[in-house]
Amino acid sequence: MSKTLSRSIIKADLNGHGTNGAAKNADRLPVMKTYKIYIGGKFPRTESGRYYQPTGTDGKPLANVCRGSRKDVRDAVVAARGAVGGWASRSAFNRGQILYRIGEMLEGRSAQFVHELVLHGATQKQAEAEVALAIDRWIHYAGWCDKYQALFSSVNPVNTSHFNFSVLEPTGVVGIMSGGSNGLLELVSLIAPVIAGGNTCVVVASEKHPLPAVTFTEVLATSDLPGGVVNLLTGFRSELLKPLVSHMDINAVVCAQPTKEERQMLDTEAAANMKRVVVPKVKDWSTTEGQSPYLILDTQEVKTTWHPIERGQGGGGGY
Amino acid sequence: MAKRIKDNDWKLVPAPESKDHVRIDAEYKLFIGGKWVAPKSGKYLDTINPSSEQRLARVAEADAADVDAAVKAARKAYDTVWSKMPAPERGKYIYRIARLLQEKAREFAVVESMDGGKPIRESRDFDIPVAAAHFFYYAGWADKLQYAFPARNVSPLGVAGQIIPWNFPLLMAAWKIAPALACGNTVVLKPAETTPLTALLLAELIQEAELPDGVVNIVTGAGATGAALVNHPDINKIAFTGSTAVGKLIQRSVAGTGKKLTLELGGKAPNIIFADATIDQAVEGIINGIYFNQGHVCCAGSRLYVEESVHDEVVRKLKHRMKSLVVGDPLDKNTDIGAINSREQLGTINKYIKLGQQEGADMYQSSCDLPGKGFWCRPTLFTNVAQSARITQEEIFGPVLAIQTFRTVDEVIQKANNTPYGLSAGVWTDKGSKIFNLTSKLRAGVIWANTFNKFDPTSPFGGYKESGYGREGGVHGLGAYLNLS
Repeated sequence: MSKTLSRSIIKADLNGHGTNGAAKNADRLPVMKTYKIYIGGKFPRTESGRYYQPTGTDGKPLANVCRGSRKDVRDAVVAARGAVGGWASRSAFNRGQILYRIGEMLEGRSAQFVHELVLHGATQKQAEAEVALAIDRWIHYAGWCDKYQALFSSVNPVNTSHFNFSVLEPTGVVGIMSGGSNGLLELVSLIAPVIAGGNTCVVVASEKHPLPAVTFTEVLATSDLPGGVVNLLTGFRSELLKPLVSHMDINAVVCAQPTKEERQMLDTEAAANMKRVVVPKVKDWSTTEGQSPYLILDTQEVKTTWHPIERGQGGGGGY
Repeated sequence: MAKRIKDNDWKLVPAPESKDHVRIDAEYKLFIGGKWVAPKSGKYLDTINPSSEQRLARVAEADAADVDAAVKAARKAYDTVWSKMPAPERGKYIYRIARLLQEKAREFAVVESMDGGKPIRESRDFDIPVAAAHFFYYAGWADKLQYAFPARNVSPLGVAGQIIPWNFPLLMAAWKIAPALACGNTVVLKPAETTPLTALLLAELIQEAELPDGVVNIVTGAGATGAALVNHPDINKIAFTGSTAVGKLIQRSVAGTGKKLTLELGGKAPNIIFADATIDQAVEGIINGIYFNQGHVCCAGSRLYVEESVHDEVVRKLKHRMKSLVVGDPLDKNTDIGAINSREQLGTINKYIKLGQQEGADMYQSSCDLPGKGFWCRPTLFTNVAQSARITQEEIFGPVLAIQTFRTVDEVIQKANNTPYGLSAGVWTDKGSKIFNLTSKLRAGVIWANTFNKFDPTSPFGGYKESGYGREGGVHGLGAYLNLS
């Protein structure tokens, strides 16, 4: 018994499962954290019961992370589909406040993210910079929520007696596949423009760097973001990309850094239901190219509405 | 005692549009690099008048080698001339095309109706003028592109391959060519197999406009010609308008090639009429929504949802109005519904009409006379249709309306959105707040409220869901032909 206990203490020391980056205390056994997936605002384990062990820089396992399955994707899509009507019809102001709140919650838990990024191989300085950028990214997109519409909408002066205007509407449910470059900044940079635009999403975390992604869902859960708007799975890219892009109730897929083969698969599978395929051209998420209203535009549809205008005779045309 | 005149006793006097000013050559070659070139394939296809089944001309059938020649001509024109030309000059060429088209509008209208079967009233008052307007609109964008995308640099894509359908032959050519040229691209256009003539007339007009050789190339042919264009390695962009099935094939063909793709595909538009609508006005809109252009319209209002309390009145008035629709000679100015575009399409429509009856819906067709030769279909409606019926779910592309009822707003939104398509939708009600509720919840790219089937160069057009992606028209239409950086 005591042997198990001491092993746990050592393991906790090494991988920081439950330490949250707080000062280690040799007298106390830390509580280890279970890294679960996030579906419909709840934290289930993968239905498959499988796990995998991402490793730290020392080559040792960091945690038993859920190895998500195709069925998890399907469950997450159900949650995302259920949430999209409500989220899309929130006022832009309200969405903006909630995105701002995500930034606030992230700020408050900076230390934990820095800690996890360090576990994934970042230096302390790199990790601090990444977390700061990730927070600021939410503030950036919070501000876009009630502005991008005015930027990309139009009133169209048609040649007949009609009032005609085009506005943006969210595409719907978006699948997001993370790349592998960062644990946090890339993740928030992929999610923020999608939900700023009123979509809901099913996100697959970086396979190699899942810890901050899972912890980030805890931020979302305490940010007034309705359950189901963001759903996050961990697991193998090779297993989850295809279920994501071939799911018939996903409207768009955003995929970071696809290989040539993956790109071909994306376009081919997406044709089944005319999913929009988005591959961000961003090379470095830490630069200003990593944030843009054009990234919001990627998961929007243009809707044009016509209505007749009654034309009276008199009044000098109102002038 | 005066003889009682029944409302269908009178006959309209024929009012045929003259065609003596129209010139159609016996044979058309391919338009490549500014010249008329005989096809390497050596093959030709007949294009017929669907209202008489008589041959109008034979047109070249381009094979892969011909398509390659056209792409090479387009690439050369892009590299040496078009991408280097000052934008205002580029714009002036496109303006020339618009003006020449206006000058020759009547000739184009007559040929359009002869080759495609649509009523002269529509080709004269809609297809040709709107096509000219499209060139005029995008001509003006050529030197203003940097204003369209804030904080971005824009550049052309290169060579665009464009494949268009047979329902609005010249208009679709204009929708494709005008924005592509304005954005600085060169094009290879493939018109539809059954309706190549106005595109070939456009090629002659482009020569007259002295557009530099190779900026626009037109290769006629059937599906294999289109496939050769899609699969050509030196194409930067594919723009396709046509069926969802072919659109999916194209997306799979270009998968992983990096070719930019926009697709304007099928539809099954709901047209929703509430009890508080101006019923007579709505009935006109429903008629126009489904019977315009013989129903060969991807955004046709082919599913009618009537609020239950006015169902009987609406159906009675629809049937009454259908009786006065004139089906016949496309060149007659009285004609409301012309010829079905091809024997094949007539077969498809008749298949669905049979299917609708087999599925248990009640069919009504007007009892008008049909000409002996040619391809014809009476305006048709079905009542007592199920939401799951194939005539509700599948695009027929003909003058066939499927009618259902509803009681609540939520119910009709759910039914209206319940197809894989999302191209267009219509709403008829006198209540403004209801309009905005409906228009924001219908998942479709174009919503007509108290109107239907309206189009304009300034107005973006395109679909949600399986109706495709990308927009044509308006400022949003530019995005399909530019790189942003």
